[in-house]
Amino acid sequence: MPDINIQALMGQLMLGLVNGSFYAMLSLGLAVIFGLLGVVNFAHGALYMLGAYAAWYVNDRWNVSYWWALLIGPLVVGTVGVVIERLFLKRLYKLDPLYGLLLTFGIALVLQGVFLQYYGSSGQSYSAPDQLSGATDLGFMVLPNYRAWVVVISLAVCLGTWFLIERTQLGALLRAGTENPALVQAFGVNVPLMVTLTYAAGCALAGFAGVLAAAVTQVNPLMGSNLIIVVFAVVVIGGMGSIMGSIVTGLALGLVEKLTIFVMPEASNIVVFVIMAIVLMIRPAGLFGKEK
Amino acid sequence: MNWLGQGTERAGKITWIVALAFLLVAPFVGVYPIFVAQALCFAIFAMAFNLLLGYTGLLSFGHAAFFGGAAYITAWLLQEKHLTPELALLGGVAAAAAAGTVVGAIAIRRQGIYFAMVTLALAQMLFFFFLQASFTGGENGINGIERGKLFGLLSLENDLALYFFVLAIFVGVFLLVLRIVHSPYGQVLKAIRENEPRAISLGYNVDRYKLLAFVLSASLAGLGGALKVIVMHLATLQDVRWEQSGEVILMTLLGGLGTFAGPAVGAFVVVGLQNYLSDRAGSWTNVIIGAIFVLCVVAFRKGFVGELLAWQKRGEKAKKA
Repeated sequence: MPDINIQALMGQLMLGLVNGSFYAMLSLGLAVIFGLLGVVNFAHGALYMLGAYAAWYVNDRWNVSYWWALLIGPLVVGTVGVVIERLFLKRLYKLDPLYGLLLTFGIALVLQGVFLQYYGSSGQSYSAPDQLSGATDLGFMVLPNYRAWVVVISLAVCLGTWFLIERTQLGALLRAGTENPALVQAFGVNVPLMVTLTYAAGCALAGFAGVLAAAVTQVNPLMGSNLIIVVFAVVVIGGMGSIMGSIVTGLALGLVEKLTIFVMPEASNIVVFVIMAIVLMIRPAGLFGKEK
Repeated sequence: MNWLGQGTERAGKITWIVALAFLLVAPFVGVYPIFVAQALCFAIFAMAFNLLLGYTGLLSFGHAAFFGGAAYITAWLLQEKHLTPELALLGGVAAAAAAGTVVGAIAIRRQGIYFAMVTLALAQMLFFFFLQASFTGGENGINGIERGKLFGLLSLENDLALYFFVLAIFVGVFLLVLRIVHSPYGQVLKAIRENEPRAISLGYNVDRYKLLAFVLSASLAGLGGALKVIVMHLATLQDVRWEQSGEVILMTLLGGLGTFAGPAVGAFVVVGLQNYLSDRAGSWTNVIIGAIFVLCVVAFRKGFVGELLAWQKRGEKAKKA
């Protein structure tokens, strides 16, 4: 390959993997929520932002470390998820799924607006913990430790979620609930509770991604607003039917996006949408989706 | 079928005549004409949107791309090409129609919730295009656009002349949408909304009907955006953002989804509210709009006009009993 600096290429690939990890975690959460609730959670981007702010806030206020933030962020966001589900979403299950999308859109506007009001659009900086700062020289590239950590921990969380849903008793209940909630209820499972906790778990995944992202980018009220649309495109490309599908598609598109920088820099933020259009032409149900 | 969608025909007609009479005298009784003209642009946008969501059952989450996209094209034609306003408007509408054809053809391959996500994603792609293209002025937008002379004769810089120009176009769009909705074509659209498989089994080429509805809706949305450029002297990124796509949904929902008058009423409510709040609540405006959105979805799904019609219906039933 002429003219392409291998260091730069590796650097971009690494960034692509980091972004791809966020796409994977967010589209995974969307898929889990959609599977059981039939709701496309537009608030997902705002909840991701909320996770990042939770991490920044507890650190700024009480000097709470990053490691605790990794736990606190998802908890805070999950709790907000419980409130959203119990207060609002619960009332919409009998209606057209479009109302769920519209409701969560409104919630996203409120969350984003409140944070813009308090923190402005300039953003706060949040730094990675000492153990993860610095970089490792691998010979062919210098690998920033924090980015490597983000990719590894995200993959672990994604695979853990996959395992939980596809290979455990709890996951079996969840999948059964997706297929036929009335029957599962008849077996004595508390389905409404399961629905609430599933929504909360999906939101918590977004919160976790937010905490990880806090130290990669700036913590900014608008950090989730454009991201969520890319994640929607990822979900359309992958098809929401498959957990593994969301993970693989997320990572792959993160990589493609950054590789585009070498070919056509101005197209890097639209390449995902172009791929979506092409996939819709060839396989309308998405790469891993099933045709209904 | 009648004017308001349901309810009594005469009451509907009288309402419209009163509304039109009010719009005709509004600038002479102290209402700021630019405000009403701006609201009328959004009313056109919302009516175009309702043609798709209310009558065909397709939720597009990307209509801002047509509204704001046409606005940029019109602004550019006015400022750089020095076209007369009516030609610049036509150019904007043509661009919106072309974009609508492409986006629509891709989006109708999926249904329901996926349709919404696909339109949102494609609109975001157009947003990045407008952000990066050189003719749009990026973050700054296109400012200080002269309105020019209609047909090269009548200067629109006069606010009153502009107002009646906008009003005339609004009435034209109103009658056109009314005609579309009540035509045999409009009936097929409603059939698709109610039961798509059945429409297919009756032999209708559903995809072609949907695509035409999408293109019509995109073009009229574009007309609203293009007209707004002439009213406001500017075209900005604000109009192509996804928040704008959400706003038109709110207008339609708040006014009354699938009712004929609802979206226009909703547009006036939302634009009025924004103008009112921007002085008093500043940046809280978006929070309030979002909260209204949530409330509307949870507790006010029929919207103003829908509730009014339901109330009227109950009254009629009570009379009969």
